[in-house]
Order: sequence, then C-alpha cells, then structure tokens
Amino acid sequence: MTATAESPAVGEVQAMLVTLRILRSKPEGSDDHAPGEQYWQEFQVEAHATDRVLDALHKIKWEQDGSLAFRRSCAHGVCGSDAMRINARNRLACKTLLKDLNPAKPIIVEPIKGLPVEKDLIVDMEPFFASYREIMPFLMTTGNAPTRERLQSPEERARFDDTTKCIMCAACTTSCPVFWTDGQYFGPQAIVGAHRFIFDSRDEGQWDRLEVLNDKAGVWKCRTAFNCTEACPRGIEVTKAISEVKKALTTGAI
Amino acid sequence: MTASSPEFVPGPKIKEPRIVSGRVRPGAEQWSWRFMRLSGPVLVVLILTHLFVNLMTGDGISQIDFAFVAGKWAAPLWQWWDFLMLALAMLHGGNGMRLLINDYAHRAWLNKTLHGALGVAVLGIIVLGSLVIWTFDPCPIDADPSLLPSFCEDVR
Repeated sequence: MTATAESPAVGEVQAMLVTLRILRSKPEGSDDHAPGEQYWQEFQVEAHATDRVLDALHKIKWEQDGSLAFRRSCAHGVCGSDAMRINARNRLACKTLLKDLNPAKPIIVEPIKGLPVEKDLIVDMEPFFASYREIMPFLMTTGNAPTRERLQSPEERARFDDTTKCIMCAACTTSCPVFWTDGQYFGPQAIVGAHRFIFDSRDEGQWDRLEVLNDKAGVWKCRTAFNCTEACPRGIEVTKAISEVKKALTTGAI
Repeated sequence: MTASSPEFVPGPKIKEPRIVSGRVRPGAEQWSWRFMRLSGPVLVVLILTHLFVNLMTGDGISQIDFAFVAGKWAAPLWQWWDFLMLALAMLHGGNGMRLLINDYAHRAWLNKTLHGALGVAVLGIIVLGSLVIWTFDPCPIDADPSLLPSFCEDVR
C-alpha cells in the first residue's frame, strides 16, 4: 500500500490557533478611537509552533487587517527594525518563536516603551538616534591618514568585540527604567556605541566621548538594573560595557 | 594645502556648539556616584556593629534604656560612631532621593521644591541629631536617679 495523503508526514509540525493581543493606535483616528489613542485588539491566526512572532504579524497584516503597522526589514535578526515588547519583554519579533511564548495564552505585543508612538508598533526612533549621534560614533584620529590599514592585535580587538555586535534595535534603551522616566538619559545603546570606540586602540577621541558620558545624563544615571543586558537580542553584556566606561572615568585609565 | 594651513584631519567634523544634554557641573554626578559606592559599605559596617553591640552583647535587647544610651555616649568612640552613622545615612539616603527626584520630577518648580524640601530635611536632621550627640548630658540635675547610669552618683 502506498502512502496516502491523509496520513501525517513524519515530523510534521502541528498547526495551532494563536491569539495575539496587540496595542494599536492610529494617528488619524477611527470611528471608535480618537487620533493617537492606544487600544488593544485581538487577532487569531493559524500558525506553527516553529513560526516566529513576525510570521504571525505578517499573517495578520496580509490576511486580516492591512492597516496593522510595524517595522521589519531583513526578518532575520540582523537589521534591528522589529524590536517590540512581546509578553512584557523587549525582543525582536523575527527572533522570537511562538513555542517559546506559551501560545496557549494570548501573546501580548506592544510598541517599545519610552519613545513616542507613531502608529501601532512603530515608534519615533529620533531621540534614540540623537543620543547615538551625541557620542560621536565614528573613528576620530589625528595626524595624516596612513597609506595602509590601521592595524591592531587580536587582544586589542577583543576589548571592544562585544559592543561591535550592536544592531541599534533600541531593545536595550527602551527596556531601561531610567530611560522610561527621563528621556534625557543617553540610554544603554549610546553608551554601548561609545564603548565600541573608547576601547578601540585605533581611535583617539576617547576623552571627547568620555567627557560627554561624564555628564548629568550620562553613565552615572545607570542604576545597574540589568534590563538592557536581558533585553539585548545580540547577547551583548550591556551593563558590563557601561561599567567599563564608568571605570575608565573613575580611574582615568582606558 | 599650504604648509601654514591647519593640519588636515580626515573624518566628519563636529558642528560647534555640540548639543549637550543637561550638563550642569562637570564631574558632579561622578562624585555623587563615588560617594554612594564608598558610603554604602561603610554604613553596612557601622550599622551592623551598632546593632550587634546594642542587641547581641550584654543583656541584649532588655539592656536598652536611658542609662544604656547615656553610658554609650559618655565615650567619644560611640559619639563619633553615632555621628558618622547619622551623617552618612542622611547624606546617602538624601542623595538617593535626589536621584529619584531628578528621574521623576520633570516640571522645574516641582523639581526645585522637592530638592529644597529634601535639603532642609537632610541638613535639619543632621544638625538636630548632632546637637543631641555632642551636647548630651547623661546626668541631668533634677532627674530620677534610678533612671541614670551608675557613674552619675560620683558626679553628684
């Protein structure tokens, strides 16, 4: 007897019904909601346990409600566009599997906190980028540019290797309780961005950056809550990087 | 480029003046942070020793009365101990409250008012507490002798 279409294929992943509870808002408003008012809406989608939250969001947008707005680009955890608050933790929708979220319960999806919401899950990232610009995230050197590469040893590279992994998704900064209450704070990401250059042996602008971070809104606002380290989808030890910057400031040694 | 022109530096230039967010006193926050890290462990030692001496040694909790406190404050060691505990605890706690006010009170008048109230409370308690510690008289003239420490009999 040959295999029939009814028998389940070996290792087939069972489809299931998943509920997503999404915090929505429309800048133009609607019949039921004022412009910019935030409200919860539930969607049910059929999905596999191995699907990601982003797949479920796509299903909603493509099959149920095309007005649902969220950012995503590469969909593979590299571009850092789709950071959102999923079940009260900041994660990338494209790196979060439904089976890791207890799909028996509604999955709660909110925009990241602390930045102004523009629509649904899209926030205004400009304050976040402004902080990043303030720490001067570019190589600063003096003298003539060498005619060849600027070399450094593997040990010198290892000092800032962790912070080069940042994809600027804002998951860390918008998980920081200090940033929630005081938007003046540079936030973990800007300090990670500064760390990447401060501890780079080829860069000569360390003290310009350290001066910026020695500010009222700089590293001293950090209360080592460790939310940023837990939120980082790239596994960067953010709080450790911030502490290294603090240490450089208190000891004067880089 | 001529020899007299300024040295050419590659890379993007920073526009002056740079936007600086909320800088008031450079280095002040760093000293506040250092103070918290130093005073914290000192306070742990001061307070745990204080609790141990008062509650675990001798007769324990039942020994604490006016005479016991008077006896302790007759010694300069305990005067300084309690003064240090008072001052550090108030400054450490006050600085923590200052950070909280900076985090949550964004309206200028509210921020100023809360900081003012905090400063008055911290300084007031340090001054009043210091007065008690340093001007304490263990043997007041017209007090019930049974409440006074034993050495008061020699003073009379």
